[in-house]
Amino acid sequence: MSAVVAGTDDPYVQQFAELSGRLPGSAVPWLHRRREEALDQFSRLGFPTTRDEDWKYTNVRPIIKRPFELASECCVGLVEDDLGDDLLPELEAHRLVFVNGRLAPQLSRLGDLPEGVSLDGLARLLDSEPESVETYLGRLAKPSAYGFAALNLAYMTDGAVLRVGKGVAMEHPIHLLYVATPQAAYMGYHLRNLVIAEEGSRAQVIEHYVTLGEAVCLNNVVTEVAVGASATVAHYKLQQESEKTYHVATLEVQQVEASRFDSYSVSMGGALTRNDINASLDAEGAHCELIGLYVAGGRQHVDYHTRVHHLRPEGTSREFYRGVLSGRGRGVFNGQVYVHPGAQKTDATQSNNNLLLSPDAEVDTKPQLEIYADDVSCSHGATVGQLDPEMLFYLRSRGIPEPMARGMLTYGFARDLVERIGIAPIRHRIEVELTRRLPNADVIEVE
Amino acid sequence: MLTIKDLHATVGGKEILKGIDLEVKSGEVHAIMGPNGSGKSTLAYVLAGREGYEVTRGSVIYKGKDLLAMSPEERACAGVFLAFQYPVEIPGVNNTYFLKAALNAIRRCRGQEELDAMDFMHIAREKMKLVHMKDSLLKRAVNEGFSGGEKKRNEIFQMAVLEPSLGILDETDSGLDIDALKTVAEGVNALRGPQRSFLVVTHYQRLLDYIVPDFVYVLSDGRIVKSGDRGLALELEKEGYGWVEEAVGT
Repeated sequence: MSAVVAGTDDPYVQQFAELSGRLPGSAVPWLHRRREEALDQFSRLGFPTTRDEDWKYTNVRPIIKRPFELASECCVGLVEDDLGDDLLPELEAHRLVFVNGRLAPQLSRLGDLPEGVSLDGLARLLDSEPESVETYLGRLAKPSAYGFAALNLAYMTDGAVLRVGKGVAMEHPIHLLYVATPQAAYMGYHLRNLVIAEEGSRAQVIEHYVTLGEAVCLNNVVTEVAVGASATVAHYKLQQESEKTYHVATLEVQQVEASRFDSYSVSMGGALTRNDINASLDAEGAHCELIGLYVAGGRQHVDYHTRVHHLRPEGTSREFYRGVLSGRGRGVFNGQVYVHPGAQKTDATQSNNNLLLSPDAEVDTKPQLEIYADDVSCSHGATVGQLDPEMLFYLRSRGIPEPMARGMLTYGFARDLVERIGIAPIRHRIEVELTRRLPNADVIEVE
Repeated sequence: MLTIKDLHATVGGKEILKGIDLEVKSGEVHAIMGPNGSGKSTLAYVLAGREGYEVTRGSVIYKGKDLLAMSPEERACAGVFLAFQYPVEIPGVNNTYFLKAALNAIRRCRGQEELDAMDFMHIAREKMKLVHMKDSLLKRAVNEGFSGGEKKRNEIFQMAVLEPSLGILDETDSGLDIDALKTVAEGVNALRGPQRSFLVVTHYQRLLDYIVPDFVYVLSDGRIVKSGDRGLALELEKEGYGWVEEAVGT
């Protein structure tokens, strides 16, 4: 099968007529139209190939090889105890749990939401009050960007919709836990989240992906975030799925004046993980900070593509990404910064540091600046290296056995970035996961 | 405790040590002095087992064992400690965690029980007083953002916690002002005892005003060209290294 263009004989296109009646909001005309348009886009775009510059190092053939079935069974009798530490029991949060692409109310704990805040499942909203999401849904993350986003819009089943009203500063974060517990191989989930932070509001949102069981599945996610004037949104993403999961996600952020958006993204699971993080700073004085850590061992592949569009003057952006690659693990980092005409006084920095722990591990890192304004300050730097022999010797000279010294340095490299995460229970969850996933780090005791 | 015989070593193919003989007994303090490039730090690294320092001839027997056959961590477990001239910064590795892991690794080889966090902190707090180290440094990453003086204090603090039998101080005085120098020297003096020996590598004699050695050697071009007692260090201070080199005709 040629993957360049999906065409009308593509199974995803063919099934649509049959499945669309089962999708949430199927009776809503504008929504049905948007889904159809998206499907149309998908049939023209198809899945990306390595001939596409943005997908040069990430081959999605394993995802195309056979269609992933739209998962329909939700909760399969899961109870809280099945989720254990993934519920982040130490964290006081408003929690929504999604199982196999659908909201599981019995596992969710909304708690007391402040006045002016609404948090709901997308499917429920599309059936009961679709007009509440009409303005934004599918408008920020455009389905024309590439096939996965189009496919998501056509088939989206559920997700979280958060709206934080003007001036509301939320005290507790929102914890969105997505559990994949595939009952058969080749199940596909198309989740879509929407976050609207109105003027002067503050919110913290955690997207957290886990798998129960080992079946092959596809998680195709799109999250749209609109950050209002002087609003602050911190977005955390924790990807710790099984090593048989394909995870493709787009985070699309629209920022206006004096807003702030922080992204903390940690990828440790998945056979193949692709994260596209796009931020448009579309008014003066917007600030965005993108921080990410990727860990790939075995035959894992993880790819981060970030695009920061500075569209107006006096915006600042900061990017810090780190990768740890071992075994035959492969990492890709492509950080694009566009300073559009007129976006004077833009201040953008980017750094990407990678640790290669085995001869077969690989990373492709590509910072990319495109600047069309003349009064700007932009810089980037990328490094690829091994564990520092001087540091190793220092630790060993104190009696620490070599494997443990390696584990400590590897963990330290990752943790140095994780320290930026302000929410202690999340940081702790990541640290514990790092000791499980990083080579030689199992001896590390998390404080 | 330590017997070095005819030690030759190369770094990057270049011979730096050209036949060192040295005998250190329990409880003694030996000072190794010499101009830059004479091989002082190389000797310290060779004893600690740093990679890239190749011994081409000679032997080092430590407590009856072949020191050169041991890995750096085995040497540490056997009681060898090197206080680095330039302690490396290790971002992301917490100072307390690191030192607790080191102490417990050494305790394991000694057949002692490992310490839990509370017992360790008790010891750490006690030993920090020796070098007047600030509590806050324990919470930071190893040496990260430490001033020159704080790094050196941290070295002596680690030595106090790990309680080695042989402490090798590599230019511990470099980069220290006089007050910090005194503090560090007092820390070392507090650790002196009949069961513990020191090799003090230094360019200047001023450190030896505070850590008074039993023996002094002058290293030049990879060989010990002069040895004596404390008086030798004072003479060097007055005359400079040129005097020794002239005297031995190098």
